[in-house]
Amino acid sequence: MGVEITVDGLTKSFGRQVIWQDVSLTLPAGEISVMLGPSGTGKSVFLKTLVGLLKPERGSIMIQGRDLVTLREADLYEVRKLFGVLFQDGALFGSMNLYDNIAFPLREHTRKSESDVKKIVSEKMEMVGLTGSEDKLPGEISGGMRKRAGLARALVLDPEIILFDEPDSGLDPVRTAYLNQLIIDLNDAIQATFLIVTHDVNTARTVPDNIGLLYHRHLAMFGPREMLLSSEEPVVRQFLNAQRQGPIGMAEEKDADELAQEQAEGYEMPPLPPIPLQLPTSDGNARPTQRPPGEWCRENGVTPPPGSFETHSTAAPRSEPELAS
Amino acid sequence: MSNPAVGALRQSGSLFALGLDVVRSLPRRPFQTKEFIQQSWFIASVTILPTALVSIPFGAVIALQLGNLTRQLGAQSFTGSASVLAVIREASPIVTALLIAGAGGSAICADLGARKIREEIDAMQVLGIDPIQRLVVPRVLASMLVAVLLNGLVSVVGVAGGYFFNVVLQGGTPGAYLASFTALAQLPDLYVGELKALVFGALAAIVASYKGLNAGGGPKGVGDAVNQSVVITFLLLFAVNFVITAIYFQLVPPKGQ
Repeated sequence: MGVEITVDGLTKSFGRQVIWQDVSLTLPAGEISVMLGPSGTGKSVFLKTLVGLLKPERGSIMIQGRDLVTLREADLYEVRKLFGVLFQDGALFGSMNLYDNIAFPLREHTRKSESDVKKIVSEKMEMVGLTGSEDKLPGEISGGMRKRAGLARALVLDPEIILFDEPDSGLDPVRTAYLNQLIIDLNDAIQATFLIVTHDVNTARTVPDNIGLLYHRHLAMFGPREMLLSSEEPVVRQFLNAQRQGPIGMAEEKDADELAQEQAEGYEMPPLPPIPLQLPTSDGNARPTQRPPGEWCRENGVTPPPGSFETHSTAAPRSEPELAS
Repeated sequence: MSNPAVGALRQSGSLFALGLDVVRSLPRRPFQTKEFIQQSWFIASVTILPTALVSIPFGAVIALQLGNLTRQLGAQSFTGSASVLAVIREASPIVTALLIAGAGGSAICADLGARKIREEIDAMQVLGIDPIQRLVVPRVLASMLVAVLLNGLVSVVGVAGGYFFNVVLQGGTPGAYLASFTALAQLPDLYVGELKALVFGALAAIVASYKGLNAGGGPKGVGDAVNQSVVITFLLLFAVNFVITAIYFQLVPPKGQ
């Protein structure tokens, strides 16, 4: 079962430039959370701070009663063994073939015999659908394969927390759909805590149990999926529905004049699209941490947009690729 | 950060911190024997040929200069001794250092920089492996080993080149040249030459690793890092060379006094 991560009052800046400040959230154990945000809002920085690669100026990150921010370097390496991280381009070691890459953490941290290593590596490679590519070098395979190999490497030490840095960047919609399905099935199988950093709205709408939105140097909102998908908050609404109208501009946030003009023109945001069903596992079951559709809305007295939670409701304003079931 | 003086101080501080981290990681087990051997072989293979090629004309220039100078001073019998002294004390550690920094250091910096921007270093840290212990320590040790060995090579090639130019081209006496070797030079000269090579090898590798591990901003960042690492290493080498030489003359009195 996964591990809970509690982030409190986290602030990170490079020099005088504040990346984000006062970020507080709890990633519930065993659940899938997505961190969304426009490009350049420090999503990847947030992820790297969570594993202790970057030191925040203020705040704490509590994992199993230990604060990652104040931990000594040696203890930090210990805590990191709880983590598996999928980096944007897989971050495979260029000088090793896929097999050695995936076997690397096992050879470094365990005293397993070579035959045990082979067994585990083959199992993980099969899990991500890479059987038969053991001898290829990272430079010889496609971006999607590199991501999957990076995922297999992140999985070999049976991590309690898995972080995904833009798993869908640079992938076509079909591959993204397959990868999302893989994430769901993985969560069902190992029940680790997942955090996905992305700016892909489709992923955010259908995959996670919780959504967070980083915007304008702070965490705009973090909560259950249905809370954000039914939210009337302009920033959340604009981003989750991929619209131009709203507080987010091309460069950063729109200035007051622009917003006033938009309002003066009497523009109203289009109605909220229906909330799609959450992606089930590939055998059609719900994951242990998955909440029944509409539960949050009922408990909090929120009326979901019409057409929500219907089996064939459109998943997003734009067409979504059909999943192979 | 905007103040350039503060930035420079911060950089030097981080460089020293990396140096200390390397020293602290030295006794940590498991020692990366395979990486050490691979790196030693790699650094040796990129430096041996250029070093040999540079040291021949270097030895020759010293021989020519000294050949004329000693004749002007009427001290022809000391030609051999003076050229050995110049080659072993100064020329060979410097030639070694320039090539270790230029060929070995730039390769180390480019390699680590490329790994950094591909997030391989981050991935390594997340997998619970300290890149300093895993990557930097073997490189620093390899560079020190190769520097010491190269220094020996340069000394031999330089002295042989000096002999060739003095005896064959300037018509010096072979016997006098060889016999005068020990007139001015002494064994500590060789020791200090090797010590310098050792220190230069460590410096070149630490600066290269520091610049490589802090590369940023895509492929251009790696290029910049390599460039800076070579320039910084050269500056440091000459400064450190001066300090070691000054201390050496205080500690070991020159022969014949």
